[in-house]
Amino acid sequence: MSSKAFQKIYTKITQITKATCSLKASGIGYDELAVVNGKLAQVVKIIGDTVTLQVFGGTEGIPTNAEVTFLGKSPTIKVSEDLAGRFFNAFGEPIDGGPAVEGEEREIGGPSVNPVRRKQPSELVATGIAGIDLNNTLVSGQKIPFFADPDQPFNQVMAMVALRAKTDKIILGGMGLTNDDYLFYKNVFDNAGALDRIISFVNTTDDPPVERLLVPDMALTAAEYFAVDKNETVLVLLTDMTLFADALSIVSNRMDQIPSKDSMPGSLYSDLAKIYEKAVQFPSGGSITIIAVTTLSGGDITHAIPDNTGYITEGQLFLRRDSDIGKVIVDPFRSLSRLKQLVIGKKTREDHPNVMNTAVRLYADAANAKTKMENGFDLTDYDQRSLDFAKDYSEKLLAIDVNIEIDQMLNTGWELFSKHFRKEEVGIKQELMDKYWKEN
Amino acid sequence: MSTKGKVKGIIANLVIVEAYGPVSQNEICFISTGSTQLMAEVIKINGQNAYVQVFESTRGVKIDYDVDFAGHLLEVTLGPGILSKNYDGLQNDLDKMDGVFLKRGEYTHPLDPGKKWKFKPLAKAGDVVEAASWLGQVDENGMPHKIMVPFTFKGNYTVKSVVEAGEYTIEDTIAVLLNADKKEVKVTMTQKWPVKMAITAFREKPRPFKLLETGVRTIDTLNPIVEGGTGFIPGPFGAGKTVLQHAISKQAEADIVIVAACGERANEVVEIFTEFPELEDIRTGRKLMERTTIIANTSNMPVAAREASVYTAMTLGEYYRSMGLKVLMLADSTSRWAQALREMSNRLEELPGPDAFPMDLPAIISNFYARAGFVYLKNGETGSITFIGTVSPAGGNLKEPVTESTKKAARCFYALAQQRADSKRYPAVDPIDSYSKYLEYPEFEEYVEEKISDTWISMVNHSKTILLRGKETYEQINILGDDGVPVGYHVTYWKSEVIDFVILQQDAFDAIDQSTPIERQQYMLEHVLRLCDADFSFESFTEVDGYFKRIINLYKQMNYSEFNSEKFNKFEKELQEVLQERIVA
Ligand SMILES: Nc1ncnc2c1ncn2[C@@H]1O[C@H](COP(=O)(O)OP(=O)(O)OP(=O)(O)O)[C@@H](O)[C@H]1O
Ligand SMILES: [Mg+2]
Repeated sequence: MSSKAFQKIYTKITQITKATCSLKASGIGYDELAVVNGKLAQVVKIIGDTVTLQVFGGTEGIPTNAEVTFLGKSPTIKVSEDLAGRFFNAFGEPIDGGPAVEGEEREIGGPSVNPVRRKQPSELVATGIAGIDLNNTLVSGQKIPFFADPDQPFNQVMAMVALRAKTDKIILGGMGLTNDDYLFYKNVFDNAGALDRIISFVNTTDDPPVERLLVPDMALTAAEYFAVDKNETVLVLLTDMTLFADALSIVSNRMDQIPSKDSMPGSLYSDLAKIYEKAVQFPSGGSITIIAVTTLSGGDITHAIPDNTGYITEGQLFLRRDSDIGKVIVDPFRSLSRLKQLVIGKKTREDHPNVMNTAVRLYADAANAKTKMENGFDLTDYDQRSLDFAKDYSEKLLAIDVNIEIDQMLNTGWELFSKHFRKEEVGIKQELMDKYWKEN
Repeated sequence: MSTKGKVKGIIANLVIVEAYGPVSQNEICFISTGSTQLMAEVIKINGQNAYVQVFESTRGVKIDYDVDFAGHLLEVTLGPGILSKNYDGLQNDLDKMDGVFLKRGEYTHPLDPGKKWKFKPLAKAGDVVEAASWLGQVDENGMPHKIMVPFTFKGNYTVKSVVEAGEYTIEDTIAVLLNADKKEVKVTMTQKWPVKMAITAFREKPRPFKLLETGVRTIDTLNPIVEGGTGFIPGPFGAGKTVLQHAISKQAEADIVIVAACGERANEVVEIFTEFPELEDIRTGRKLMERTTIIANTSNMPVAAREASVYTAMTLGEYYRSMGLKVLMLADSTSRWAQALREMSNRLEELPGPDAFPMDLPAIISNFYARAGFVYLKNGETGSITFIGTVSPAGGNLKEPVTESTKKAARCFYALAQQRADSKRYPAVDPIDSYSKYLEYPEFEEYVEEKISDTWISMVNHSKTILLRGKETYEQINILGDDGVPVGYHVTYWKSEVIDFVILQQDAFDAIDQSTPIERQQYMLEHVLRLCDADFSFESFTEVDGYFKRIINLYKQMNYSEFNSEKFNKFEKELQEVLQERIVA
């Protein structure tokens, strides 16, 4: 690392675009940080003696004779227990008025965990929300996004999940968060008396978009410190990854890269995977679980951002407003937790898989009945009963305001089965029927 | 003297190196960063400049860093000890690495140099041999691992001596050969081979024809794959590609399984690490892991090594095929490999083809699939590599370059349908769109007539017709309404549903249902087709659903029971009774 005393100051920028500038310099390392006219920047390309810098704050107002100094290192964060309870910007600088954190300086975006040093995730993360715990059970070490339209209350649900999940640390990575949402998180965590186990890295809509590219790596490097060095369970919340990806495309387009689908860089999959794959369960007990938000435009999941995300994460949670009950529910059809089979019926009651599948199947029957009704066909008695079931199921289990224990979710399931259906209509294994069927 | 060079440009993992001597395309070089050496591969040469893709992060790399060209291409190390290893894309043994995190520039030995293997000679002094001739054999986890004349040897050699049976390390000389000039050449148990070149030391590669049982009904019964065949599984995210591949890897009748986790999730590899050492291979009584090698280049590992990983896997497969073994190779997902190519081609500012993939993508894919196959070795024995790759089409749309290119190269097409996955009809292989070209091979037909029955192929085609008719009928019922069509339409539709629920759908997580031997598949298909060919009498459509649901339920109970067990027979008997209620004699 070069010593600050001999830092060379460059003053001749040869090219400026909206997000980058270039100059002649030597002895510069790839990925190295620089300060351009007081703004932080990072080396993204070196050809001979020409160095191209990506300026996080944007290049507005940068003159060709601006002062440029190189810092001799890539972006870092200082890690220690003192991170807990603090709020930082994308560069890891405090925004809560407190002092800078002292600790070991680590490069962000560091290497990956050796796959053979991982453990298969097996710890259930309970949230109290039946749409999640019953149908799409979360497991520590998992990575899963909410796919939601921008008007849906995903931040509220995330905050709720974060507070109920019994983890040692919660790390919030906010990207393009509105100031109101930022304050919402702050208040919720404060009111819950949980501030001391929360760490936030926040880039708001007031901040330059390119800065948010640093947020996930900041949050995850902090997470790795607690999970690896301290063997803690860490939950990382990343909202909104769509805005992160948008920032990626801004930079790559400025670098004249050929865009692939939806003007996203061809490396979008790898860029997102590098972040999400930081989710891990260690044999020592430490873990990083990532819950993210990917906002959709008009519910389109074939757009490159949700599409690539779906290929990377271990399932997805869809929120939807159910007009029959006037509440937001976790959509049982389109949501999926791919790790649920590692815990359901194993860490939870034996009837969990059956109750879950049966309820979803009956809910699907109701959906068919609804289509029939809308197409003007007559409904059978079974159709009618499945519609009644669907309404109850939505209200008592799928709605996001439900907060109960998993056993209670299962009991509710059995109650609804016997209320609306006959034994042979639910088609559950005989042993379980004998044990759990509730005669009414 | 190897060529030296200096770094002259860095764009992410593409580095431009000024070379002070000759370099070849795809040659390996090492960039010195002081403490570590970063491995890279030449992918383009322009004048004095070699464009190299670095298999590591280039963070901190500076202009004028020294580069050493290695004088060889990217190669793998072959020899006993490959089975049950977990490698990265460049064949580094992941278990030999220190610490929780992968360290840049840490390269570990793929084999175990100190380990002694029980060697048994197969050749003797005076034998005339050539590349890939078997000189001896060691027991590798119960597999007869052949020690061969290195593949790089050209022409004929005469065996001067072979060591006697005993314990040797991979580096001990086990044979001395004489070349045409009577000069002595020593042979050990290990050799190297460049991964981008196919090992072709066999006599001929006929069209493959032997059924490869996978235990997955929708494959074996409906669209079978063969020993040495090729297939691919495209499907949107979450449709079940990985679950299906894992099922195949656990159950297929292969001697050796090579899984290339190519740019997918680390947790899925951990699942194999965790499960395979526990699971038993029914045929050998050994653990599955003992015959498996995993190449893990997960999505967060360096992109250039992702491209290398599939070639590494294929070369290991070719090595075992040369020993006369049946190799099954799986790659999840070949789209990630294509994307790695796209990233590099982008950085090289090459003229892009469709969706910004490189222009030569179809050729790259078809060359790769062509390396699979069934072969007759020069000694008359046979060996095979069956290859099945997954494809992850953007937006789930099959009209995209990787799917289209792969369709031209692979002979089996297992299309996973979103709609089937949504309605939990797993495995979500679409029975109408999917195909196996092997069904049309007369040599395959001959083989299954012998192995299963002479009516098998016509039964398979018959079930396909029923499925298609069922689908068409369903569409008409939807348009005209339940009571707008004759009752017979409902029966036709439900017969196809019986095939779907009983034959096609299979629970990958149920201990019994997950794998079905071919005899049982035959029994069930015959059973179901008898039902489909029978006439049923119903007064009204309202009776049809409920009746067939009962039938399906009983069939499913049969699927969940041990074949021919008391429980199985009980459900079958019950089923017969239900059938009697409505079947018209
Ligand atoms: N045969 C099956 N039986 C039961 N469940 C299945 C089956 N196949 C898939 N699933 C369910 O679907 C989920 C997703 O399957 P899988 O991981 O194989 O999808 P994929 O196509 O590989 O997706 P991606 O492209 O994102 O990797 C599984 O976690 C499981 O819940
Ligand atoms: Mg998969």
